[in-house]
Amino acid sequence: MTPTKTTDLKADPSSTDEFIKGLWRENPVFVQVLGMCPTLAVSNSAINALAMGLATAFVLIMSNVLVSSLRNFIPKQVRIASYILIIATFVTMVDYAIQAISVDLHKNLGAFISLIVVNCLILSRAEAFASKNTIGKSALDALGMGLGFVFALFCLGAVREILGNASIFGITVFPESFQEWIIMILPAGGFFTLAFWLFLFNNYKLKKAKA
Amino acid sequence: MSANQILSTQPNPTEGSKKMLIAMVGIGVICALLIVLSYEGTKERIEILKAEALEKAVFKVVPGISKTRIFELTAEGTFVLSDGKDRSKTLVYAGYDDSDAFKGIAIEASGQGYADILRILYGYDPEEQTVVGFYVLESKETPGLGDKIEKDEDFLSNFKALTVALTEDLSKIQNPVVPVKSGLKKNPWEVDGITGATISSRAIGNIIGESSAKMIPLIYSQKETFISAANPNSK
Amino acid sequence: MFSKTLHISTSPHIRQGMSTDMIMRNVVYAMLPLVVFSVVSFGLNALLVIITAVASSVLTEHALCRWSGKSSTVSDWSAVITGILLGLTLPPIFPLWMTFLGGVVSIAIGKFVFGGLGSNAFNPALVGRAFLQAAFPVAITTWHPSFLEGRFYSISKSVAAFPFSTPVVDGISGATPLSAFKFDKVTADTADLAFGFISGSTGETSAVLIILGGIYLAVRKMMNWRIPVAILTTVFVLSWILHIIDNQVYPSPEFMLFSGGLMLGAVFMATDMVGSPITPRGVVVYGVFIGLIVVVIRIWGGLPEGVMYAILLGNALTPHIDNLIRPRVYGTKKTKS
Repeated sequence: MTPTKTTDLKADPSSTDEFIKGLWRENPVFVQVLGMCPTLAVSNSAINALAMGLATAFVLIMSNVLVSSLRNFIPKQVRIASYILIIATFVTMVDYAIQAISVDLHKNLGAFISLIVVNCLILSRAEAFASKNTIGKSALDALGMGLGFVFALFCLGAVREILGNASIFGITVFPESFQEWIIMILPAGGFFTLAFWLFLFNNYKLKKAKA
Repeated sequence: MSANQILSTQPNPTEGSKKMLIAMVGIGVICALLIVLSYEGTKERIEILKAEALEKAVFKVVPGISKTRIFELTAEGTFVLSDGKDRSKTLVYAGYDDSDAFKGIAIEASGQGYADILRILYGYDPEEQTVVGFYVLESKETPGLGDKIEKDEDFLSNFKALTVALTEDLSKIQNPVVPVKSGLKKNPWEVDGITGATISSRAIGNIIGESSAKMIPLIYSQKETFISAANPNSK
Repeated sequence: MFSKTLHISTSPHIRQGMSTDMIMRNVVYAMLPLVVFSVVSFGLNALLVIITAVASSVLTEHALCRWSGKSSTVSDWSAVITGILLGLTLPPIFPLWMTFLGGVVSIAIGKFVFGGLGSNAFNPALVGRAFLQAAFPVAITTWHPSFLEGRFYSISKSVAAFPFSTPVVDGISGATPLSAFKFDKVTADTADLAFGFISGSTGETSAVLIILGGIYLAVRKMMNWRIPVAILTTVFVLSWILHIIDNQVYPSPEFMLFSGGLMLGAVFMATDMVGSPITPRGVVVYGVFIGLIVVVIRIWGGLPEGVMYAILLGNALTPHIDNLIRPRVYGTKKTKS
């Protein structure tokens, strides 16, 4: 992988790149279009999106580290089953943790916490990266991808909450008379907002490639 | 890399199976350990939070209380004290004020709304024989329309004094709670609907109507159970 | 279009008599009586709503064509039709800023992202309306009585709502016959429904004028008459059977036929050439499907009206209908697909 603009950072350029690529160049949502189920379903408010993103990032980091450290121990034939087992464990832990933080938040995120188990983003990082790389690199990769996912979910959640509920993080941002666009907090709004961000992202990349 | 080597240089199949078995069991044990640890670590706090959330709702529907006790409805139609953990039972929450006087009871009810099942809690005051409060526990009604049942002031004021007086032989409610069209409420047992949330507001009226017809005669006839449970030795 | 030079070419000799813009222009003619009637019954408010819808559709089409570096396709009249249809499906006191947004969504999301006219899977006007229905459910179900005093010189506060603000309703609102039936079990008089002396969306009230417009287009062979006939027959037969089973619960077939947006949808929207099947048999399947969904939504669904969703679902089914029902090529044996 060619290091891009990250060479000014002092660390080893190739490992910094493992971190940076998930944030932008290979962003899980905007570029790889992975993990669409939580992206569309629970990004209806900034706080839900952030909580979901952080929960996913935690599971991603922990499972990547564990998969990477066990990569010489897991036989090839049962690797997927093992990965799922590891991922499901961390998802269960996150589920308990969120319940312990706030019952309301847990109610809002609902079944989508448990569905992190089948989030293709996590399995794809375990299979494509962690099973072939060192623990350190896997952790950096997961951190980058996880934060990239948080960033993308937040972009969606913020737009949807501002337009659909006239607020951000529950704080009202528009005057009383503002008409909320209810569609934005409905599932359909998730598709529209995602399409809008993908459009902006691709448009930006095209322009940059031309220049 | 290494996984491939194992596969290609495998001398006999039992060796491979053994390795798989060890790997799976090993991972399973680690995972089980982690889950148990986090379960034990969070259990206490989750229970406190859940009880708090429920208590908050009970306090909202029965005004002027400071503590509550949970009862469950048995198959014979009597109420016994419960820990409230068995969700399949019909639960009611008796409310008491600072001097342990029985003030009212919160009843959980559910029914079909516009989008999905609505779960609500309503407060009943046996002294006045009225419904005194109402709170939505769970709803997936359309934001902006159906969710007015949680916010609309006029609608919520329906449940500040909704008559559910019993007939003289105490066997049933004299005038069952019924939903009516917005602005047409004439009697104290009618639930005024919301324009623009007709289905959701009507569903609430029906849920309360159905639940109260069944629960309130039972509760009224067993008032003593709740009054005497105010200060048991168990807690 | 026609050059005077003699063309010499090999077969097949196809002479295209009807061009897109000619058909589209005639559809506009067929809809004009509806526009006039909506202005007569709802006054200035309806006129402003329809003009805004047309203006925003045409502007969006032009702007998007320019932006993507193509020549403007405004002159083919299709954006005008989308605008008129959108305007006709909205309530007469719908805020203008929402109407404008609806026009933008119709053209941009309903048509342009698919590749413009001829490539759109769904009827653009209905896409815009579906968006508005989901975004502003209150405003789009705020109805207004027809034939009010002073409708030609006063503008409703709701129509003139400041962009992005919640519309204020002046107090006069009227339920449509369908919502009156759904929520209060009251049905309206059939003659009132047919001639349009009722409340409803701007252009859906007068069934007679819609039918006349449809006949005009059908006679000029600019519309597939099988589609509206299939839809209306299905709705009639189904609601007739239900009415016989229990005439207390289910409304009469005449009521079902003449109320709501069924006529407008069946004649002007389901017949959209892009979104409907090609073969005569396919068209019948498409029409029956739409009619069935309309009845199901109206009778058992939560919403009072379901024509919009029925047609959008029909549009979605069209490619599959065309795929399954193919005419036999002359001289070949029927193959199992």
